[in-house]
This record gives sequence, C-alpha cells and structure tokens, in this order.
Amino acid sequence: MLDSGCRVLKGRVILRLLLIASLGFVALPALAQAQAAPRVEPGVVYATPGGWFEAAMFYVFGGLAIASALGVCVSRSVVRMATWLFFALGAVSILYFLLAATFLAAIQLIVYVGGVLILLIFGVMLTSQSAWVRFTPTRTNLAVASLICVGLLICLMSVLAGTDFGPPSATSIGTPVEAIGRRLLTHYLVPFEIAGVLLMIVMVGAAHLARQEKN
Amino acid sequence: MSQFSVPWTSRYLPSANVFVRNMLLLSALLAGGLIAGAAITRYYFDGHPLASFLLILGPAVTLAGLLGLAVAVKAWRLIEASLMRFAFFILIGAVVGVSVGVFAGALFFEWIQALITHPANDPTRFAYFGGELMLSEIAQACPNLPRLVHGAVWLFQFPLVRDLVNVGIVFGWINVVPAYMIWWERKIAGRIQSRLGPMRVGRWHGWAQTVADGVKLIFKEDLIPEGADKPLFKVAAYLAFVPVVLAFVALPFGATYVFREMDVALVFILSMMGIEVVGVILAGWASNNKWSVYGAMREACQMVAYEIPMGLALVLPVIAAGSLNLTHIVDSQTGGWFSWMAFRNPFLFAGFVCYYVASLASCKRAPFDLPESESELVAGFHTEYSGFRWCLFFFGEYAAMFVVSALAVILYLGGWHSFIPPSWVSGLGEGVAARAISGLLVSGPLWFIVKCVFLLYVQLWLRWTLPRIRIDQVLYACVQVLLPLTMLLLVGNTLWVWADEAWTSSGWSGLSSMLNWSLGGIGVLFMAGFFAIAVYGFYHRRRLVGTLVIDPLPAA
Repeated sequence: MLDSGCRVLKGRVILRLLLIASLGFVALPALAQAQAAPRVEPGVVYATPGGWFEAAMFYVFGGLAIASALGVCVSRSVVRMATWLFFALGAVSILYFLLAATFLAAIQLIVYVGGVLILLIFGVMLTSQSAWVRFTPTRTNLAVASLICVGLLICLMSVLAGTDFGPPSATSIGTPVEAIGRRLLTHYLVPFEIAGVLLMIVMVGAAHLARQEKN
Repeated sequence: MSQFSVPWTSRYLPSANVFVRNMLLLSALLAGGLIAGAAITRYYFDGHPLASFLLILGPAVTLAGLLGLAVAVKAWRLIEASLMRFAFFILIGAVVGVSVGVFAGALFFEWIQALITHPANDPTRFAYFGGELMLSEIAQACPNLPRLVHGAVWLFQFPLVRDLVNVGIVFGWINVVPAYMIWWERKIAGRIQSRLGPMRVGRWHGWAQTVADGVKLIFKEDLIPEGADKPLFKVAAYLAFVPVVLAFVALPFGATYVFREMDVALVFILSMMGIEVVGVILAGWASNNKWSVYGAMREACQMVAYEIPMGLALVLPVIAAGSLNLTHIVDSQTGGWFSWMAFRNPFLFAGFVCYYVASLASCKRAPFDLPESESELVAGFHTEYSGFRWCLFFFGEYAAMFVVSALAVILYLGGWHSFIPPSWVSGLGEGVAARAISGLLVSGPLWFIVKCVFLLYVQLWLRWTLPRIRIDQVLYACVQVLLPLTMLLLVGNTLWVWADEAWTSSGWSGLSSMLNWSLGGIGVLFMAGFFAIAVYGFYHRRRLVGTLVIDPLPAA
C-alpha cells in the first residue's frame, strides 16, 4: 500500500460530508412546507409552492431519479444496481415531499428503501456464489424485458397524455394523515384488505418454504 | 509536567518577538478593517445595516476570533491550569449557559415573528427574500437599542437566516453528543470493570480524550483495500451517517424547539433509521472481507426483523394519543409523572419495555451488537475502515442511539415535561421570568435532554453488564417473543383505549386510574431504587476495589 502512495485525508471527506448533509438540510425545508402548524413560523417563504426554490429542487431531484434509474440499467454488479436503486427511490420520495405528500414519501422510504431494498441486497448476499455478483442477461431475457418495458411505456404515455395538468393551486397543502387513514378504512377498505391478505399469503408461503428446507 | 500540554505550543510556535509582531499586525488589520468598513458603509451605503454587517462585523468577528485563538494558544499553560481546576464547574456552567442561551434565542426568534405578524405592519408592502420588516419599524419597536442591533433584528427576519442558525445548532449538537458519549461510555466501562477509563488528556478525568481521538482519526491514513468496490466503499460511510443527521430535522427538543414540525414526524424518523442500515450493509459488502460481509449480513437480518416489533411498539402511544405528530403526542402527556404514556395502562407499560429492547437491537447495541462483535468478527462491517470514514460510523451510531432514546422519551416518558404537574407552578403569572421558569425547569429542552441522557446511560449500562447473545438467539427473541408480544399489546391497547373512553364517559374510571397509579408507583420505585444505588455507589466510590486509584497518576 505504501508505494502506491499514502493518502492522508486532508478534510476532503469532511468537506463532502458537509456538502451532502447541507444539501439535505436545504432540501428538507421544502418538504415540510405543508405543515403550517401554528407553533412554527408560518410557512417557509423561500419554499412556497410554485416558487423558484421548489422548481429548482424538482429539477435537481427529478434529474437524480432519472440518472439513478439509468444507473440501475447500466451497471453490471447487482449490489451497485441496488445502490443506484437506493438513490432512485430516495429521489422519488423527495419528489413526493415536494408535492407535500409527506406521509407517502416517508412510507416510500420505509417500505422500499428500508424494506425491499435491504431484502434485495440480503438475498444477493445469501445466494451469491462468487464475491462479486455479475448480472449477465441472455438475449431472450433482454427481448422479454424490452417488450414489457415498451408496453409499460405506452401505458404510462397514454395516461400522461390524458391527464389535465391544471395550474398549481397555492392553497393545496397536502393531505393530513388522519384523512388518509379515514379514507383507507372507509372508502378504500376492500383494496386495503386485499393488500393485507396478499401480504399474509406471502408470509405463510415464506414460512412454508423455510420449513421445507429444514426438513 | 509538560507531557500533556498541547504539543505545538512549545515546539512549533514562533518566538515571542514574532508572536508580538503577529499580534500587532492582526490588531492593525482589525482596526484598519473596522475603520475602512465604517467609512465605506457611511459614505457609499448610507449606513445600510446589511452592508455594515458584511463590511464591519464579519471581518471584525473573524479577526477577533483569530486574535483570541492565538492568545489562547500562547497562554495555554495558564488556561490549562484553570481548566483542570475548574473543569467540573466549567461543564456545569456551559450546560446552564447553553440552556439559557437557547431559551433567549427562542424568545428572540419569537419576538421577531411577533414583529413580522404584527397587524400594524402593512403586509402588501414590497417584500424581497421574504423580508417584510423595514428598519424604521424595528427602530420604532425598540428605540433604545443601537442601530447595529436593529440591523441584526432585520437580518433575522429572513427564514433562510434563521434556518441556517438552526442548522448550525443541530450540527453542533450532533457533534457534541457522540464526542461526549464516547468519553462517558469509556468512563462507565472503566467503572464497571474496576478501571479508571481515560484519565490523562485534558487532565480532569480525561475529558478531552474524544477530541484528541478525533484529531488523530482525521490525520490517519485513509486506506481503501485493494480488492474493494471503491465507489461503494466511499459512499457507504456517508449513507450510514447522513440519514441519522436528517432524523434530527423532525426531532423536537421542546414545544417550539424543533427544526421542522412535521405531520408525520414519527414515520419520517423511523424511515431515516431504516435507511441507515443500507450504509452499513454496503460498507460490509464493499470491503471485500469475509468478516465485514458476515457483519453486514447479521445487521441486515437483525434490522429487518427488529424494525417490525419496534414499529408496532411505537404505534401503541400513537393510538393512545391519536396523532403521528410528535409534538401533539407530547402535549397529550402534560400533567406530571402519572400522565406519561408508559404509566397509562399495562399494555403501554409493556410496550415501553418492548420498544426499548427493539431499539437496542436497531442501533446495534449490546446485547445485540452482533454486526460488530469484536471477539468473532474483528470489528464487523467497519473492519476495513480507517480514519475519518471509520469515525463517521461511530458518529452515526451514537447519534442513532440518541435518536432512539429521544423517541422513547417523546412517545412514552412525557417528552419535555418534567414529573411536576404544571398546575403546581401556574400561579407564577405570564412574565418573562415565569416563562423562563416554566420553560427551563417545568417543561423544556433541558428535561428532554436529561431524560434522553438517562436512557442513554441505561444503554451503556446494559452494554457493559450483559453478555452478547448468539445470532440465532437474537432472531428467536425477535420473531418468536417480541413480535407476537407486541402484536398482542397492539390489540390489547386498542381495546383498552376504546373501553377506557366508554368507561370515562359513563363516569366509571376506577380500574384505569387504579392501574395508572400502580404503574406510576412501579416507575417511582424503580427510579428511587436507581438513585439509592447510585448514591450508595458514589458514597463508596473509593471502596470498589483495593487497587482503584482515583488521584492523577504520578509522572503525569
């Protein structure tokens, strides 16, 4: 290691750390704009809906989401893919924060980043044979995947074309959690229960598989 | 004697003449800058407050700081002697000063807010960068203060400026907490193992040990293993630290002492604690070392398992309070010791214990510190890390310990309310003195921090008392004990809240109040026993072991 050059850290890491953390702190005021609770200062003025700050944040994090999604497609190592996926999911959740959908954003972080992503990495670690897992798709895989993706793209584009984007209303301050909870337990009770049953089946199946392996 | 003074004071500092010359130069610069800045603001900007800040106060503060630092380094021997003698009182004074300063700052911000929203101000006036106050209005509001103070008030009306100040406070807190907790943990470990712990750096019980360690770590070589996945190896350290910092965005220290009050603060903090794991797992994976990968795998399965009982245990007080907003949850616990969540009903009491166990596992503390168990895995996921990157993992871990303790305090132990019911001090009135008493002593960030520090102490205490358990025992404890238990508690608590409402409305609340008093009594007994043992231990502190030496070591 010595002849390849001793590299003594001269504040580089600290500087980058401060940059990342302060980026977070600059972004997060925008996300909390919806909470015009009486105790805190009424509204963060540089983060008003439709303002330049929000627009800048949207372009930054939208760009990050797209770039990370491309990174998922391009990288070969499965763990690097997961890392790119982490950034993509995080950027999407920051976009939710910008839309004042704080509950959805936090749930996105818990479920996808804290749950699914970790399970993904965990699965790779448990099943991998070599130290660096490479992802080498065959041509059939590529063809099927591109077919599905094109179909999905057509669906999304048709939805996008049919959507009427009205002007941003200055009064929309997001949905409080209570309203979401009431809606889930009254208006959307059946889908909610179906999702619960699905998760239950997954859990039973997982327990069954684990049991079979033991015997 | 000189062995433990700051080394560069004696060796690397220029001689006295050069020092005096430098001091003179600095002073001349300071005076010249002040005069020039005053002249420029007077003639070109017509005494505009922002210009005077930029031109006079900024350079003046910087130069004065440099001057003070140079004098402090030169006079280190004097300072060192007084530091050693009065270290304890300096510590206490700093704590009191910081609390009073934070309180005064809160009053100042509130006053500015009142000025901005005052109905006499014309809201339709041209407002740039969110500022709405004119200098003349501030001068009207406080005519006795000098013009520079008016400028400061004017500057602080911008939310961006106030946010920057608050971010500085949060960053400072995140730096101070791990530094002093590491020192404290080493002292406690020493006591429990009949050692002294750090005793030398900084003289008074080694109080500067962590600072010295930090300086050492910054100057260490930054090693990246040959076969490591370099980008991931670098990214992982940040990913383990930054989410914990972000958790402090929504963490309230007091009714108004919160960076951003969020509707979903609890879910947000939980999500941040969940993200932290990704950094740890990536660190283990990218190191290309089997011990690291083992540590990362253990961390992954432990975290995925323990997040569920932790989340379920956190839902109990949410159901009892009817809100995800942490401030509202604390507001529902006003009224002293017996109205704290943990003593409301037996399910919440058990839920507090479950949460505490799960939180130990979620921040990798003993007896659940399998991911970094040093007797089996060298150091687990951070085996290959060195220098400042290694430091980041520890900052993240200790800050996460503070966050989980803070959540326990907010959700179960009354948050920033003291055990005194606020009705006892309601006769004080509404003046600033009364507000200071109720804001500092009856409920306020000081109480919050005291409770958090107590829970942190319990974490350290458990770490140095309990043996580490095996990984299959860890998972057994979660999946087969904690998970069913918290689910039962969830159902029981929901039924209890529902039944309690019915009982209270029908005028029959005997059972619930009896249980409330007896659970509170258990808590009182626990604290009384704890303090009795602590006092006994302090009184007999020199009798622990025959060879324990308290006095500073010879040849120091």
